[in-house]
Amino acid sequence: MQAETGPEWLSEEVKTGTTIIAIEFKGGVVLGSDSRVSAGESVVNRVMNKLSPLHDKIYCALSGSAADAQTIAEMVNYQLDVHSIEIDKDPKVCSAATLVRNISYKYKEELSAHLIVAGWDRRDGGQVFATLNGLLTRQPFAVGGSGSSYVYGFVDAEYRKDMTKEECQQFVVNTLALAMNRDGSSGGVAYIVSIDEHGAEEKVVLGNDLPTFFDQ
Amino acid sequence: MLHTLKPCEIQTGGFCFENTRRNAVLESSLSESGYKAPGARKTGTTIAGIVFKDGVILGADTRATDDMVVADKNCMKIHYIAPNIYCCGAGVAADADVTTQIMSSNVELHMLNTGRPALVTMVTRQLKQMLFRYQGQIGASLIVGGVDVTGPQLYSVYPHGSYDKLPFLTMGSGAAAAVSVFEDRFKPNMELEEAKQLVREAITAGIFCDLGSGSNVDLCIITEAGVEMLRGYDKPAMKGKREGQYRYKPGTTAVLTKTVTPFPLVVVDESVQIMDPE
Repeated sequence: MQAETGPEWLSEEVKTGTTIIAIEFKGGVVLGSDSRVSAGESVVNRVMNKLSPLHDKIYCALSGSAADAQTIAEMVNYQLDVHSIEIDKDPKVCSAATLVRNISYKYKEELSAHLIVAGWDRRDGGQVFATLNGLLTRQPFAVGGSGSSYVYGFVDAEYRKDMTKEECQQFVVNTLALAMNRDGSSGGVAYIVSIDEHGAEEKVVLGNDLPTFFDQ
Repeated sequence: MLHTLKPCEIQTGGFCFENTRRNAVLESSLSESGYKAPGARKTGTTIAGIVFKDGVILGADTRATDDMVVADKNCMKIHYIAPNIYCCGAGVAADADVTTQIMSSNVELHMLNTGRPALVTMVTRQLKQMLFRYQGQIGASLIVGGVDVTGPQLYSVYPHGSYDKLPFLTMGSGAAAAVSVFEDRFKPNMELEEAKQLVREAITAGIFCDLGSGSNVDLCIITEAGVEMLRGYDKPAMKGKREGQYRYKPGTTAVLTKTVTPFPLVVVDESVQIMDPE
């Protein structure tokens, strides 16, 4: 429609080429993400927090198109607010995941974002749900984003059932560090959110504090 | 009782994209004959914003380009949204202008409805919801900055509807040049003069290192006390005064000999044509 003059990243869609991960432990969940947002080959935000609160004890991790992911998270945040006022209780994690899944499925063709929903509720404790492409599945842990392909082997080998909260946090930080090292679209700092019955605790791990592995 | 026989007309407000198919067909048929369809005029631009101790400073260059020709040497890229909120626009010139005007009018209505001064988050939210609705067809990249009851804030909004909240931001074709200045010298809670110099240097980097940006630096300083618009704060690209004369005085070269040869001209034909003044 318009002649494209100038560098491509001016008109490129802004994507969160990303690494996101969520893992469940007894009594809660831990979510983690990197912080790089790119438009074409240019980084437009190197400190974006991709862990977005949907409710007090339910968070979601964003990946894919930045605009689509941010909009879905905002809409579900609003819908959950209304829902929790209607039932006069804290919402269940699977309600939040279902709301996200409904939007992702209905607008499957138009949207290109993947959100991992994780949180704690009184009924079922910590839960992690993947909503890729409009499916809804509960998993003990989930990884997503462009950087996840580099760490599938690592998470499959290192995951053990019934880890403690601190072990989960270390597991998440290690996974993010490895993925950020290998994926060009992931980088910056690591954001970690730990959710249990007492609430959500946010933490940032800066670049030079990330664990280092074999690095030639 | 009043019966209207005329059926109600469907409300057609906002943007209308029904000519896009026609344009696509025209473009393909034009390219067959070797012509190029006219492109939308983009403001190849450098815009920047920072949060400093007392508020927000927005900066912009003033060149508007039409492909490779400068269409406007001194255009205004910092737009008014509310008394305490201003917005810099990059991308397609018309889209940025009209979008900010629509936002300004919506904000005024919102303030009248709620009876409260505008919040920067409210402007950002309306902007990104509108841009997301048009799925990137409106090519406006904006930096929204202002001071409200929650403090000074700076947001960037991209054409597809994503937004970022950061202490310093740059956008436009000269963004890479400007952000390198910020990454090097930005500090949180700077003083006013230091912050003004930093924004000026960032925009100047864009003016010199980007072809689509040029002319002057405009600054807009927003604090709790009010807004100060500095149009033409710095003019780094002004034409300089010529230092010396290149004309040689008569007599610089010494004359050795002089010979005059008259040409005998014979008038062959003479015709007079009177030029009509009107």
